[in-house]
Amino acid sequence: MSEAATAPKAVEGPLTFLDDRLGSTTFFKRNMKKVFPDHWSFMLGEIALYSFIILLLTGTFLTLWFKPSMIEVVYDGSYTKLNGVKMSEAYASTLNISFDVRGGLLMRQIHHWAAILFMASIMAHMLRVFFTGAYRKPRELNWLIGVGMFTMGMLEGLFGYSLPDDLLSGTGLRITQGVAESIPLVGSYIYMFLFGGEFPGQDIVPRLFTLHILLIPGVLLGMITAHMMIMWHQKHTAMPVKKQTETQVQGYPFYPVFMAKTGAYFLFTFGVLALLGTFAQINPIWLFGPYDPGAISSASQPDFYMGVLEGSLRIMPNWEISAWGHTLSLNVLIPALGPLGIIFTGAAVWPFIEQWVTGDKRLHHVNDRPRNAPVRTSVGMAAVAFYGILWVAGANDVLAERFHVSLFATTWFFRVAVFVGPVLAYIITKRICLGLQRKDAGIIGHGVESGVIVMSPDGEYSERHEPAREQERTVILSKENSRPEPPAVDANGVPAPGSKGPLGHVRSRLNRAWTFDDIPIEEHGHDEEHGEVENGREPKQLNH
Amino acid sequence: MKRITAWRRRPWAGYAVVLAALAAIGVIYAGFSPQTDRAEAENTAQAAQDLKNGQELFNKNCASCHGLNAEGTKDAKGKPIAPSLLGVGAASVDFQVSTGRMPAMNPGAQMPRKKPIPAFDTELKTDYAEPEKREAAEKQKAQAEKNLADLRAFVTSLGGGPEVPSAAATDPSKGDVAVGGKLFRTNCAQCHSFVGSGGALTGGKYAPPLDKSDVTPTQIYEAMLTGPQAMPVFNDTTLTQQDKQAIIAYVVQTREEPNPGGNGLGRIGPVSEGLVGWLIGIGLLVLAATWITAKKPKKLKKS
Amino acid sequence: MSDDNKDTGSHEPREDGGTPERVIGTPSPAAEKSLLPGGAAPAEGAAAEELDEASAKRAERVVAVFFLIAFAASVAFIAYYIGWSGRDGGMHGIHRTRESNLWLGGMMTLAFLAMAVGVTIWVRRLMTSKPIIQERHAPRATEETRASFAADFMEGAADSGITKRPLLRRTLLLAAAPLGLAPLVLLRDLGPKPGTRLRHTFWGDAVKKAQSQGKKGVRLVVDGTDRPLRVSDFSSPGGMITVLPEGIEHDLPEEKVLTQVAKAVTILINVPADQFKPAKGRENWHVGGIVAYSKICTHVGCPAALYEQTTHHILCPCHQSTFDATDAAKVVFGPAARPLPQLPLAVEDGYLVATSDYHEPIGPSFWERG
Repeated sequence: MSEAATAPKAVEGPLTFLDDRLGSTTFFKRNMKKVFPDHWSFMLGEIALYSFIILLLTGTFLTLWFKPSMIEVVYDGSYTKLNGVKMSEAYASTLNISFDVRGGLLMRQIHHWAAILFMASIMAHMLRVFFTGAYRKPRELNWLIGVGMFTMGMLEGLFGYSLPDDLLSGTGLRITQGVAESIPLVGSYIYMFLFGGEFPGQDIVPRLFTLHILLIPGVLLGMITAHMMIMWHQKHTAMPVKKQTETQVQGYPFYPVFMAKTGAYFLFTFGVLALLGTFAQINPIWLFGPYDPGAISSASQPDFYMGVLEGSLRIMPNWEISAWGHTLSLNVLIPALGPLGIIFTGAAVWPFIEQWVTGDKRLHHVNDRPRNAPVRTSVGMAAVAFYGILWVAGANDVLAERFHVSLFATTWFFRVAVFVGPVLAYIITKRICLGLQRKDAGIIGHGVESGVIVMSPDGEYSERHEPAREQERTVILSKENSRPEPPAVDANGVPAPGSKGPLGHVRSRLNRAWTFDDIPIEEHGHDEEHGEVENGREPKQLNH
Repeated sequence: MKRITAWRRRPWAGYAVVLAALAAIGVIYAGFSPQTDRAEAENTAQAAQDLKNGQELFNKNCASCHGLNAEGTKDAKGKPIAPSLLGVGAASVDFQVSTGRMPAMNPGAQMPRKKPIPAFDTELKTDYAEPEKREAAEKQKAQAEKNLADLRAFVTSLGGGPEVPSAAATDPSKGDVAVGGKLFRTNCAQCHSFVGSGGALTGGKYAPPLDKSDVTPTQIYEAMLTGPQAMPVFNDTTLTQQDKQAIIAYVVQTREEPNPGGNGLGRIGPVSEGLVGWLIGIGLLVLAATWITAKKPKKLKKS
Repeated sequence: MSDDNKDTGSHEPREDGGTPERVIGTPSPAAEKSLLPGGAAPAEGAAAEELDEASAKRAERVVAVFFLIAFAASVAFIAYYIGWSGRDGGMHGIHRTRESNLWLGGMMTLAFLAMAVGVTIWVRRLMTSKPIIQERHAPRATEETRASFAADFMEGAADSGITKRPLLRRTLLLAAAPLGLAPLVLLRDLGPKPGTRLRHTFWGDAVKKAQSQGKKGVRLVVDGTDRPLRVSDFSSPGGMITVLPEGIEHDLPEEKVLTQVAKAVTILINVPADQFKPAKGRENWHVGGIVAYSKICTHVGCPAALYEQTTHHILCPCHQSTFDATDAAKVVFGPAARPLPQLPLAVEDGYLVATSDYHEPIGPSFWERG
């Protein structure tokens, strides 16, 4: 590298051109060696990014043939089983893409699989960020953008799913109509304005098409750009391993290592999507048939990311209030808005609630180990349980059919589980976290069991404990022990700042709940080899 | 008399009786088709004998639940154990027995499809290489077909009912598959799902799948006509023979159609797609990420 | 392990002295300007690791093999597309689609995965960059910068006069408010007002038309075959079929058909007469146990179409609302709150007819429903 001090002409030329006009070399110089810490879980978000690019590419391909129109036509094409059937142009053109355009079915399938992976990887990425506390100051904004992208992704998926106007997607729209109608006061107006009249009408597919291919992807693209720029600017968080501190980040340079790695990962993402698109059939709309308001299939489910909505609609008891000439259908309203509202709002405000409760206003660049923030981890697991139970409840008929249990029994099971499950998940997770903390404290305090039995001079047998390896010690000692807050009221009866009033009271109660069972992990002063102590960079002493 | 009754209860007794009958009749029954209605047999003496065979088969296999006169039975609380078979007709008998649902082995939420008992096993394998083995199997199959026909005739003699459809009426290649698809989606898919992969009903019951190994075109027709178990009835005046043939054409063509997009994932829709997306999609990519970010195995120059 | 090696080779001084560890990489631009003499790039590459040449050669060959596989797969993709996929007048139908999907997809998968594997091995075995360390910086600007910004900001505000001139400020806000609302007004033509649309179905129109011709009501036709049903046609107990008002497919303009079908679709059930319990006031709405209910679920509008003739339950396959067909379609289980609306039936010339529209709005509840 050092011998090639100047770049070859083919590179140098354009670079000079840009530099003369934009002064870009300063920027490139500053960024080409940007450090990216390595960890497999840091790549989950990249799946979403690359899936999005693939969605744009395959989606554009599909628009070349897709006709977003609900004009009725009689099909006469190469899928002979539907010859002579009345259907919308949207459905007919989707059949055309699948059976007459070479590679069309492949692109359709890759597009749909990419949508599934997009949402799945966003969920996986958000869970990683949540459980490692990577959303903490200064990264709250990126967390909020992430929550926003997840919401947008759901809408985008729902709209795209509705475009081919097949039986399954039409059923989804019919449910959308029912949900819109249930909104108090303006429900029937929203329904009329959404569909341009009564369901299904002629307007909904073209309208959703515009939203699906223009507005929402545009918004998503903007959010992704902001997300990436903020990430780049703030630098990536790092796992609590050796050489990763709050003031320094260690990793491989963007150019060439990370660039190649992320390029390889793009290829992997495309490869896996092509694999799925080739060997796993998805959304076979030709089997579903064209939309017909009188027809329905058993096991009518939405794509997985809408499963929560479906599950909550299924297990909701039939509450409806009718009074003074008005009807309020809580049986639709609560499941439609409640669970997703709890999850999205909860996710969005969580970083700020945590900050308020812990009083921790510092910057954090090194991730927490999940066990070291038991309350956060347990709340996260409770949310996962809540989401997961509702999600599975959306497939209760498939479960009932596969395992031959009573359909109503599954409904009752989920009605109870949706409340009990999260509580159990919270309790169990917290116990596990504390158990792991105890184990860590043992390793630091007494060392690791070596398997060597020694006999003391007076004949006593014992197992020798050896100090843990340095790597492991660094990881364990990354824990920041909880610092008990001063009591809410000091000896003179003066309330401590931040605990005044009922809100302050709640805060100090929550703070105690956050910290009271924390198991401190402390080093007893020996073992000078420990890097962080040596460098005086113990994270707990930082206060930026 | 007593001795004869005891003799009749022996497991081989039914066989012995019908084998004797078969010997008397000779080859007439060798190519006997199950779709032909025995009630129209020209030879009344023969018909009477067949009817008697049917009755004996009924007494042996069905009467314990449905009652000696096929009037149905109830338990001590008056809850029906088995329905009356008066007026259910030949189609119903043919469907229930040839799919192995009847005679039922143990009562449950639903009678599952199973291999028919040997006396009625009309789907017996006969393509053996050894001639004697094949002959025996063919003979047994012919016997099963005659048994089933006799049983049908007997039950029909008790109270009439829908006939077994003719082979022409159930030929899937003659149905209008486009109409069939529309009718299937409107009237059948809500339980059996759009491709006939089955679905859940209440109380642990289920709509069975309509795969090739599950049901023949004739049995589909009979099921629509008679409404077995929880299934509603679609008689020939509501959905005509032509409509039914169209539905059969749709079911058969759909189940025989390959999946152009790869593995069909059970053709049960988004639930299995979501699972595959997570397990295979995210799974493979996590493996790839682990590999990419794993510590470098580079061999360095020894200094 | 290479990752544990201490970094060496950085010629840069640290901008905040005091810590012993040396750092490679780029400090902040400010630091760069002040500390680096005239644009000379620091020799970061000097830190590169040196590979064992024999094993590097081996790795290079492995990577090359994967790249060649990717090349071959891409060529096969193009070759299949141009040379084979279009034979006999292009791709038609399910078998050729299957073949094409397998070839194109398979080659594409192979090309991408082989390339991905190749690049990964390249990074892992052949790239010599060592891990480097960079400083993190607090994002917040220095106090002087912030103070000077605040001063500039207030100065600007004062210069503009917006703080001093409340009239200006208030009228500006006043002007902006309706301007923000204007685009919303533009959305008014997205759809009509609901009016009474949600309260009527095509049954009403069809009955009115039939009665104006001196008939009792409109005939029920089978959805899909358009056959009118006689009572005798539908005489089997346990029978079920989906019906529509006669004429809905033909009397309406084409674009209105689906919208009207979506409201009018009805299930006709033959409940054994001895088990049927007609609701009060609806004693003559059924014909010997033949009864008609709206197929649109009162929960969110899926077709409630699953009828069990043994239990007489009507079940909606979407969310499993369950209605009792023998008892005015009352809710037995599930999230639906109201029974399915019932259509009054009668007999005319042996045919089943509906004698009026549904007496209540069909489908999901809405605010004005009452």
